[in-house]
Amino acid sequence: MNTQLLLIQVFNGLVNGAFYALLSLGLAVIFGMLRIVNFMHGALYMLGAFTAFALGQAFGLGFWPALILAPLIVGALGMLLERTLLSRLYGLEPSYNLLLTFGLTLLTQDLVKQVMLSQFAVSSAPYTTPDILTGVVNLGSVVFPKYRLFVIALTLVICLVTWFVIEKTRVGAIIRASTENPSVTRSFGIDVSKWVTGVFGVGVGLAGLAGVLAAPIYSVEPYMGAELIITTFAVVVIGGLGSILGSVVTGFAVGVLAAVGAAIYPPIANTLVFVLMAIVLLVRPSGLFGLPEGTR
Amino acid sequence: MTTIPRTAPRNDRERTMRAAWMIGLGLLLLILPRLIYPVLALDILAWGLFAVAFDLLFGFSGLLSFGHAAFWGSSAYFTAYLLASGQSVPVAMLGGTLSALVLAVPIAYLSVRSAGIYFSMITLAFAQMVYFVALQWTDVTGGENGLQGFERPSLFGLDFSNSTTRYYFCLAVFAVGFYIAYRTVRSPFGQAQQAVRDNEQRAQSIGYNPVRFKFTAFMISAGLAGLAGSMYTFGHGVVSLDVTKWTTSGEVVMMTLLGGTATLFGPAVGAGLVLLLRDQLTTSSLPVGIVTGLVFVVVVLFFRAGVVGTVQGWLRRR
Repeated sequence: MNTQLLLIQVFNGLVNGAFYALLSLGLAVIFGMLRIVNFMHGALYMLGAFTAFALGQAFGLGFWPALILAPLIVGALGMLLERTLLSRLYGLEPSYNLLLTFGLTLLTQDLVKQVMLSQFAVSSAPYTTPDILTGVVNLGSVVFPKYRLFVIALTLVICLVTWFVIEKTRVGAIIRASTENPSVTRSFGIDVSKWVTGVFGVGVGLAGLAGVLAAPIYSVEPYMGAELIITTFAVVVIGGLGSILGSVVTGFAVGVLAAVGAAIYPPIANTLVFVLMAIVLLVRPSGLFGLPEGTR
Repeated sequence: MTTIPRTAPRNDRERTMRAAWMIGLGLLLLILPRLIYPVLALDILAWGLFAVAFDLLFGFSGLLSFGHAAFWGSSAYFTAYLLASGQSVPVAMLGGTLSALVLAVPIAYLSVRSAGIYFSMITLAFAQMVYFVALQWTDVTGGENGLQGFERPSLFGLDFSNSTTRYYFCLAVFAVGFYIAYRTVRSPFGQAQQAVRDNEQRAQSIGYNPVRFKFTAFMISAGLAGLAGSMYTFGHGVVSLDVTKWTTSGEVVMMTLLGGTATLFGPAVGAGLVLLLRDQLTTSSLPVGIVTGLVFVVVVLFFRAGVVGTVQGWLRRR
């Protein structure tokens, strides 16, 4: 395999990795803060893409407004779900959250399928790349689509901002305090349940954002999140459940590794991540960046 | 998990109740192919045993496996392969079950060291490995097309081209599988298993090795799931890629919850209800995913003891 092909694969891997990173970042924030394993994350990613498509169809909104609006809509929906449904399960085994969100996934996928068929007369829809991002960039030895480079760049920025907010700011300190010791935090006059709802909203908003970003690359269809979320779970296990740094680094790394692996031996592409996961589990059961389990 | 009822009978009345359940469900299973078409009835047996197997792990060990399709699916494929190569039905079923057991050894070894949600994620990821192997290894599994057109040779004068005959043969297999599950739960092993579930530290302090109990429970569960998978293949005469999909793992969780976890009968009842519901929905205009998703959500939110668990709790209070 020549260098040029390898480099293209690395870039393609980074694009896939960007989606893994963005999705597992949202999962990490939600799990790390709220101990919710959000199985619905893939469906919310799909809702992000679908909302962008629907906004375009119904109001003629383009990519840029959708990039802002769709994550907000998905985030708001997430907060509604947290308030009305998930909050009923706090104090029970985290498994029940997984089960509830699994049920909601089935529901959402079919609901969107029905809406797409009845409102837009399609079951999957193309989404055009914004004009400014069409075309390719010459990176010296390879040319690569502008839009895909934009996805990588934006994802890096979002990940950095999220990490910064949670680790370095007062807001992050409140969030961490709210989740580590709710009752003490409450005694400082902080409304913990509002923060919990907010954090969940941001987490699923990130999934929505990933969905909008994905719309021009993959076709928009009700089951687009179904397979992706499983891979993302593997990424999360490899990186360490709840670890923000782990999810971002592992997300990109897995993307690149799978792409390069696929170039060398194509049938392994989709399995590689799970093989990797098995190896990591043998060596470090809590994941590469995870704290030892059993703490929760 | 305080909402889940205990299985140990506290008095004779509960023992009577258990016997009543067993006789009632047994009779129902005997006449089932007269009430609904036999292929659906056989589906209920296969999924019912699958759900019982899953619940041995979830209800009685507290381990939520989200990857049980791996065992159901691998056995389904292996059974089909053996049938296609001319083996008799019992040999094919045993072979399928064995394949699930062999597959379970590394998966169980790697996953039982984790607890809670970690366990769920890890089992899910292993099942995905199996899924991708089934998808890619097209020479053996048929890939997206699956396998079909394999033989189901007659046995002792039983003509397996008849779906009612197939049903009654599978009813016998189901009874054996269910008995194994029953014996497991009622045995000292099962009691220790539940002790580990309820308080791992305490169980360990009185001399039990939690990891070993979980491993054994995992193996029994995987073996029974394999037996159920082989039954499914035998019943349908086709294997599709769906048998290893993650949605299959999710469906068995749903059936178990709907029927009632840790009730032993519950999962089988839940499987029956889900399949009947789906059968009704396919002929109606209501979309299957929306209704089953809704049922699932309602059960998790308000109805965690499931149908059998709720009825048992209600009878117990009277």
